Amino acid sequence: MIRFLYADQLDAFPTLRDAMFRDRADQFKRRLGWDVSVDTDGFERDDYDDLNPLYVIWETPDGGHGGSMRFLPSTGRTMVNDHFAHLADTQISSPAIWECTRFCLAADAPPNVSALLMLAGSELMTRFRVTHFVGVFDARMVRIYQRIGASPEVLGSVGDGRDQISVGLWSFTEPALLRLQKRAGVSLEMSRYWAMRAFGDSDKTEWAA
Amino acid sequence: MVRNLESLIDRLWRAQSRDDLQTLSVELRDYYEIAHIVYHWVNSDGEQYGVGTYPMTWVEHYLENDYLRIDPVIQGCYQRFHPVDWKRLDWSSKAARSFMKEAINFGLGNQGFSIPIRGPQGQFALFTLNDTATDMEWVSFTERNLRDLILIAHFFNQKALEFEPNAQPDAARALSPREVDAMTYLALGYSRAQVADTLDISEHTLRAYIESARFKLGAMNTTHAVARATSLGLIVV
Repeated sequence: MIRFLYADQLDAFPTLRDAMFRDRADQFKRRLGWDVSVDTDGFERDDYDDLNPLYVIWETPDGGHGGSMRFLPSTGRTMVNDHFAHLADTQISSPAIWECTRFCLAADAPPNVSALLMLAGSELMTRFRVTHFVGVFDARMVRIYQRIGASPEVLGSVGDGRDQISVGLWSFTEPALLRLQKRAGVSLEMSRYWAMRAFGDSDKTEWAA
Repeated sequence: MVRNLESLIDRLWRAQSRDDLQTLSVELRDYYEIAHIVYHWVNSDGEQYGVGTYPMTWVEHYLENDYLRIDPVIQGCYQRFHPVDWKRLDWSSKAARSFMKEAINFGLGNQGFSIPIRGPQGQFALFTLNDTATDMEWVSFTERNLRDLILIAHFFNQKALEFEPNAQPDAARALSPREVDAMTYLALGYSRAQVADTLDISEHTLRAYIESARFKLGAMNTTHAVARATSLGLIVV
């Protein structure tokens, strides 16, 4: 299932939390060779994990980490604005644009997990009137995004070949959402249900009842 | 008196002081025909101030009792960045329940909705709407107006940041070259498709540039943003 968890809520899920930071180390340091720091626990964490970001995590049926991504509002500090503004040609700051980074898949993740994560991301867009995600990704991710039918539009890139790093934007049209659903293997009702569990529905008792 | 939302936003853009924000919070409250609107600023050192329509007696009572510590709205929204209906917060503790009863006795409504805002350097603020309504009415109101309310919340915060000592509003509001291009072609009457085509970007990327420019320009919609960019001389057509 998909979990939407702010950093300060992760401690309630220690196994999932630790697996996510280890899988990030595995993906970004070992497999991709990015210049990221891994601590003595084997966790890949950066400054942006300290800003209480919102993580969208695919929790496997046995409670493990299947994949995840990290969101921050572009009105506060973001990686794109701090380090990649020259690629995007602008400081991207709007309540309607959230930054999505550290898109990570566990090494043994089944092929539908990337689509599941993106579908969950689209729930954030609908619920919170977010029109775009802005993110930083490398050449390998471009292929993954293409495969699930959720290609970002590249605003700017640096480097060549597999070392190319790009800044791009996502937004989902109705047909794109249908493709994502198909790839994810779950219905929109399901992803809506996960978001509802995290952020609520509308038939709870009044706060002052 | 029902005012046009755009003219209120225009005056928000031109606000010069916290007093102006106070006046505008009252008018916005009247525009939306709800009981209260409050903008509440908390910085990383725990300093706070607010403008809004809560009764002064409640504000004083709140500060005297240091309710920042137990207010479930603050507890539940601090460090978050998605809008929250108060029904979703944790009111289960005895302190929270008695806080809630007191609030209502002081004249607050039974429904609340808060939009957390994250600014630069760990700055945090809350834009809150409060009213007496049924659950159905309240959800219908917040859902219908959510996009505008999120924007207005952030416009209040932009102004609050601008009023800080050492603020550099000009840098934050300068349009990037691509944003200038997009706004210029729109001002010339090009359709979005034509602008996207001319700039060799997709319409969806164009929309992101427009969103970004619109926010910098404190505008509710694209027409408004184009007009403001023109009047400020940021684009020349």
